Amino acid sequence: MSGRRLGLWPISGDHPGGALLSLLMLAVLLGLALAPFLFPGTRSVAVAARICIFIVLAASYDVMLGYTGIASFAHTMFFGLGAYGVAIALAKLWVGWSAVLLGTVAGVALAVVLALLIGLLSLRVRAIFFSMTTLAVASVALILATELRDLTGGEDGLTFSVPPLLSPAFRLVDAPVLGVSFDGRIVTYYLVFALSLLLFLVMLRVVNSPFGRVLQAVRENEFRAEALGYRTVVYRSMAGAVSAAMAALAGAMMALVLRYNGPAATLSFDLMVDILLMVVVGGMGTLYGPALGAVVLVIAEYYLQPAMGGLAEAVAGWPLLPALFHPDRWLLWLGVLFVLIVYFFPAGIVGTLRAAELRRRR
Amino acid sequence: MSGARLRQLAEDWSPYAILPLLALLTLPLMSLSTWLTLTIAGIAMGMMLFLMAAGLTLIFGLMQVFTFAHGAFITLGAYLAVSILGALGTWSTAESWALNLAVLVVALVVALVASGAAGFVFERVIIRRVYGAPLRQILITVGGLIIAEQLMVAVWGASPLPLPKPPSFQGSIILGGAAIEKYRLIAVALGLAVYAGLALLLSRTRVGLLVRAGVENLEMVEALGYRIRRLFIGVFVAGSALAGVGGVMWALYQEQVTRVIGSEMTILIFIILIIGGLGSVGGCFTAAVLVGMVTNYVGFLAPKLALGSNILLMMAVLLWRPRGLFPVGPG
Repeated sequence: MSGRRLGLWPISGDHPGGALLSLLMLAVLLGLALAPFLFPGTRSVAVAARICIFIVLAASYDVMLGYTGIASFAHTMFFGLGAYGVAIALAKLWVGWSAVLLGTVAGVALAVVLALLIGLLSLRVRAIFFSMTTLAVASVALILATELRDLTGGEDGLTFSVPPLLSPAFRLVDAPVLGVSFDGRIVTYYLVFALSLLLFLVMLRVVNSPFGRVLQAVRENEFRAEALGYRTVVYRSMAGAVSAAMAALAGAMMALVLRYNGPAATLSFDLMVDILLMVVVGGMGTLYGPALGAVVLVIAEYYLQPAMGGLAEAVAGWPLLPALFHPDRWLLWLGVLFVLIVYFFPAGIVGTLRAAELRRRR
Repeated sequence: MSGARLRQLAEDWSPYAILPLLALLTLPLMSLSTWLTLTIAGIAMGMMLFLMAAGLTLIFGLMQVFTFAHGAFITLGAYLAVSILGALGTWSTAESWALNLAVLVVALVVALVASGAAGFVFERVIIRRVYGAPLRQILITVGGLIIAEQLMVAVWGASPLPLPKPPSFQGSIILGGAAIEKYRLIAVALGLAVYAGLALLLSRTRVGLLVRAGVENLEMVEALGYRIRRLFIGVFVAGSALAGVGGVMWALYQEQVTRVIGSEMTILIFIILIIGGLGSVGGCFTAAVLVGMVTNYVGFLAPKLALGSNILLMMAVLLWRPRGLFPVGPG
C-alpha cells in the first residue's frame, strides 16, 4: 500500500506487494538504470540489454498465460516477426531511423494480425487445441524463416548496420563520463532501457484496467464471464494481440542490440522454453514476477552456467555425474526447477512472497 | 440410443472412403509405378505414425490429459534401437533375414518394456498430481519433456547417432515396375498387426470395454464402481510402450537418431489426433494413413506445399467434421 501512497507505482496503482518485493523491484530498476556505470564492460552491458528485452518479452507472455490463462507456444514467432521486420528493413532497404521505424511497424502489424487470426480461429475451442495450433503455426514460422533465404538469410540470418547513432564506433561525448566512454553501445542500451520501462508500465496499465479485469475474469471462470455479457473470444483475442505487439517490439529491440537476426536468435523452441521458465519461476499473473524471472534466468544463464563446468570437474571420477553436471546439461536442471516450482510454488517467486506478506499482516 | 446417434453411426463409413478416394484421385496425376511407390510409402509412413500416436489418443480421450511429453517415449525407443543394434552388432550386420529380424524383434521388445516402464514413472511422478488442471498439465509436461530429453542426451550424447538398417531390410523389391522399399513392407505389417491387436483388445475384452466406456462417459464408469485411475495408468503405460515401438521403427526408417526425433513428431501426432477425433483408435489409424499418403503425394506433386499440407488437411477435415473423422465421447 505504501507504494501507492508515495506515488512510486505511477499510472497503474499496481504495486509489487510487500516491502521485500518493492525493494527487489527497486533494485532491478536501479541496477538496470545504472548498469553501464555499475558493471562496466561490453559483456555486462549486453547482459543488461538482454535482461531489459526479456523483461518485456516475459511480461508480454504473462499477459496471455498468467492474466488470460491461455498457453500459447507461438510467442517466439511474434518476437521473431519484430526482429525480422527491423533486420530485413535495415539489411535490404536502407540504413536509417525511417527503416527502423518501418520495419518495427511492419513487424508489429503482422504480429497483431496473425495473433488476431489465430485467436479468432482457434480460441473458441478447448485450451489444448489452442496450444497445439500455436505450436504448429510457430513451427511453420520457423521453417519459413529458414527456407525464404532471399528475404531472411535462411539459417545464417541477417547481419546489418544500424543507424550511426547506435553503432559502436559512434561517440556521443568525447571524454569518458564517470569512467565510461559514451559510445553507440551505451546509447543503444539506454534506448532499450527506456523503451522497455515504458512498455512494461504500459502493460501494467493494461492489466489493471477494466479490460485487464475482464481478462482475469475469463481466466477464473470463462462460463461466468460469458454469462455476464463479455464476449470471451474477443477479449482473449485482444489479449493475444496486445501480447503479440509487445513481443514484436521486444524483437525489434533485440535486432537493434544484436545487429543481427537469425532463426536461432529469435525463433527457436529453446527460447520459448526460456520464456515459459521466466514467467513460471517469477510468478504467473503478476507482471512483476516475469520481470524478476527474466533477471534471474538471464543472469543465471550467463554467470551460473559456467560454474557448472567446475562442478562437473569436481565429480570427474564418478559414473554419469559428470555428464549430468556438464554445462550443456543446464537445461536439465532448469527443467527440474520448473517442474518443482509448478508443483510446490505454482504462484512463483512473487506470488509466494505476496502470500507470505498477506499472512504476516494478519 | 437416440435416432440421431443411430444415423450418425450409420454414416460413419464415409471417413474410411477418403483413403481409396484420395488414392484414385491422385492416380491420373502421375505414372502407375510412381503412384504405387508413393501410395505404399504413404501407407508405411502412416503405420509408423499410427504406432506413435495410438497411445496418445486414448490418453487424451480417457482422462483429458494433455501431455506434450509423448515425444520423449518415441525418442527413448529410437535411442534404445541404436544401443540394441550396436550391442548385437553381429546379428544386425549379418546378411541373414532370420538374424536381422531377430535383432529387430529384440529391439522392439526392449523398447516396449523400457518405454512402458518410463511411462509408468512419468505418470506416477508427473501426471498424477495435475489431473483436471489443463494449464498445469501443459506446463508440467513441457518440463517433463525437457528433463527426459536432457537425461537421454546425458546417456547417449548430444551428437546425432547413425543407425543403418540391417542389410536384409535395405533395398527395394520391384512390383509392377514400382520400387517398394522392403523396410516399408515390414512397417506396414507391424502397423496392421498392432492395429488389429488394439481393435480386438478394445472390442473383445472387458478391459477394452471399460476403456471405450471411459472415453464415452468417464463419470458414469466411475459411478458404476470401476477404478478409472488404475485403468488410466494401464492406458498411459501401454500408450508410452507403443510410442517406444514407433520410435524404433521411425529411427530405423530415418537411419539417424537425435534428441528431438520424438518431439519433432509432436505436431504431426497432434494433427493426426485432431483429424481422427480424440479418443478414437480407428480414427487415429485412418488419420495417420491419410496424413502419410497426403505427405507423400504432396511431396511429389507440389514440394513447396509440403510444409503446410498437413495443416491444410486438418483444416479441411475440421470444416467437414468439426470434431474429427470419428468423434467419440462428450463434446
